[in-house]
Amino acid sequence: MSTTDNNNNNNEVLLKVEDLMMHFPIYRGVFQRQVGAVRAVDGVTFDIHRGETLGLVGESGCGKSTTGRTILQLYRPTAGAVHFEGTDLVNLKGEELRKMRRKMQMIFQDPYASLNPRMTVADIVGEPLMVHNVGTGKEIVERVQHLLELVNLNPSFASRYPHEFSGGQRQRIGVARALALQPSFIICDEPISALDVSIQAQVVNLLEELQEQFNLTYLFIAHDLSMVRHISDRVVVMYLGVFVELADRETLYSNPLHPYTQALLSAVPVPDPVADAKRQRTILTGDVPSPANPPSGCRFRTRCPIAEARCAESRPEFREIKPGHFVACFFAERFL
Amino acid sequence: MPDFILDVQGLETTFKTPDGTVHAVNGVSFGLKEGETLGVVGESGCGKSVTMLSVLGLIPNPPGKVIAGKAVFSGQDLLKMSNEEIRHVRGGQISMIFQDPMTSLNPVLTIGRQLEEPLMLHIGMTKKQASERAAELLSMVGIPNAKDRLGDYPHQYSGGMRQRVMIAMALSCSPQILIADEPTTALDVTIQAQITDLVKRLRSELGMAVIWITHDLGVVAGLADRVLVMYGGLIIEEAPVKDLYANPSHPYTIGLLGSLPRVDAKVHSKLYSIDGLPPVLYQKPNACPFAPRCKWAIDRCWNENPVLEPVSPEHRVACWVDTKTGRPRS
Repeated sequence: MSTTDNNNNNNEVLLKVEDLMMHFPIYRGVFQRQVGAVRAVDGVTFDIHRGETLGLVGESGCGKSTTGRTILQLYRPTAGAVHFEGTDLVNLKGEELRKMRRKMQMIFQDPYASLNPRMTVADIVGEPLMVHNVGTGKEIVERVQHLLELVNLNPSFASRYPHEFSGGQRQRIGVARALALQPSFIICDEPISALDVSIQAQVVNLLEELQEQFNLTYLFIAHDLSMVRHISDRVVVMYLGVFVELADRETLYSNPLHPYTQALLSAVPVPDPVADAKRQRTILTGDVPSPANPPSGCRFRTRCPIAEARCAESRPEFREIKPGHFVACFFAERFL
Repeated sequence: MPDFILDVQGLETTFKTPDGTVHAVNGVSFGLKEGETLGVVGESGCGKSVTMLSVLGLIPNPPGKVIAGKAVFSGQDLLKMSNEEIRHVRGGQISMIFQDPMTSLNPVLTIGRQLEEPLMLHIGMTKKQASERAAELLSMVGIPNAKDRLGDYPHQYSGGMRQRVMIAMALSCSPQILIADEPTTALDVTIQAQITDLVKRLRSELGMAVIWITHDLGVVAGLADRVLVMYGGLIIEEAPVKDLYANPSHPYTIGLLGSLPRVDAKVHSKLYSIDGLPPVLYQKPNACPFAPRCKWAIDRCWNENPVLEPVSPEHRVACWVDTKTGRPRS
């Protein structure tokens, strides 16, 4: 199975993820025996093309951040393969993996927790360069100045500490750090959800400008569906460790085929009272089940408005129902 | 003047900090009509929560202090009440729910015990009556097997369910006003939709007025009758909900609406972004607090703080510039 987007002219696959699984063991008792596992990511397959933005959405605890971290080998996957520019990352170790990491960077959610409060901005942004032995001291200073300019921060701020900056400015420092090693792929893990509305737009616009300038590829993880729609080329929806739907942006938002995607989209408030009153809303009942003990068959069946007996028996395949449009639901044809 | 059940006039609140006195609320006046839902929108630090906390006498003093204003509720000024008096109003006739359902419940007491407490305290029910009423309240907010779940502790409830418990608790004494301070911010969108739906249903069933504080213009659009937009400790725009979204008139409101991507948008355009940062006010503003970020700003904005002026009967804006024409207001 391949998730190649046929409409995309730029068909170079940068990242290929196959059946990726990440299970966190649960230990209990005196002997700390393993009694189960939190199936945070339970078999996801997708491609990301060079220069595109893939949006990954889902509710908290669905495994979207774990997916991102597992791709970067910050967690070692339980099973599956991650090919980055043709190299299998899962089997890389030590120095070889460290070299690959230069090309893949991450921007974190919380700009307050992700910057060391005892380091100056120059140290924070320059650290990746030092760790990877790129350039002499003087070159690093110049590069840091340049990076700060790139993210619209005054280079004279380099000697300041993170607490002197606002949330939006800190997130820019995080972006500058991620750009330091000139990566080709950046995972943005909820980069704007901790920021105020008027600041979110600043950071998103910056990310878009940088993408254009450096031909960056983003995996944009978020729970804000409107922002994902704005920034992504293709969007994938995740629920309880599995992908339920993947399609290009327009298709996913205008013609969602999975009942979960439909419910999720209808739950997003629209900043327009007239349009909001006209919308049909599907309100899901209940909460997301525990990933330590997911429902049998289709993961979504316990909250699904159209579930039938069949859904409890077998897990629906993540299948390509139309070119580039993947859905994991037995009844997806109903909504075509 | 219409009948307001809560009438706040000229409210000012300051906080003493090591860096100086922060003027969090700088003269806020608004009224709440019976049975209406009032949305209060603004970014963090704009004073929206502090306004409501001041009204309820919940500002810790020191460092905070309500230095001016009045808040009249059923003929009495809440700001002049003693602690003992206002405690009877709070949780009784006016109740409040908070943002974080994880920290607003006491983790070592059962849900039942926490629900029964206000009933026994404010209404004077017996333990047995209170326990029955608590079960009713829980099922009213949509928690299945309510009776059996009264003995559970907060950690046995999910985030959405805890927020339902908070709502049940707030409604337990049939308040006339419910103040909700970002009640859905910590929740996922599908759970957020459940909670806003619940509040809408309960509002019409119980006929109470709701003040809904949020930074999310989307939530307010579907919920509120009237909206106040706050910035720098001031109300900068006030309008009926449809009017506000159709004709935003303050540069800040225009910018805020423009910076939101929409899930139902047709075209992909660059987001409008407001440059700069929200202010921290160490002085009471004597100029428009938004002027440094405003592209319409004229000389007058830097010298004089605009006051709320009507642009249509129910729509008021605090701006020296008419953003429709770009010309100064006369």
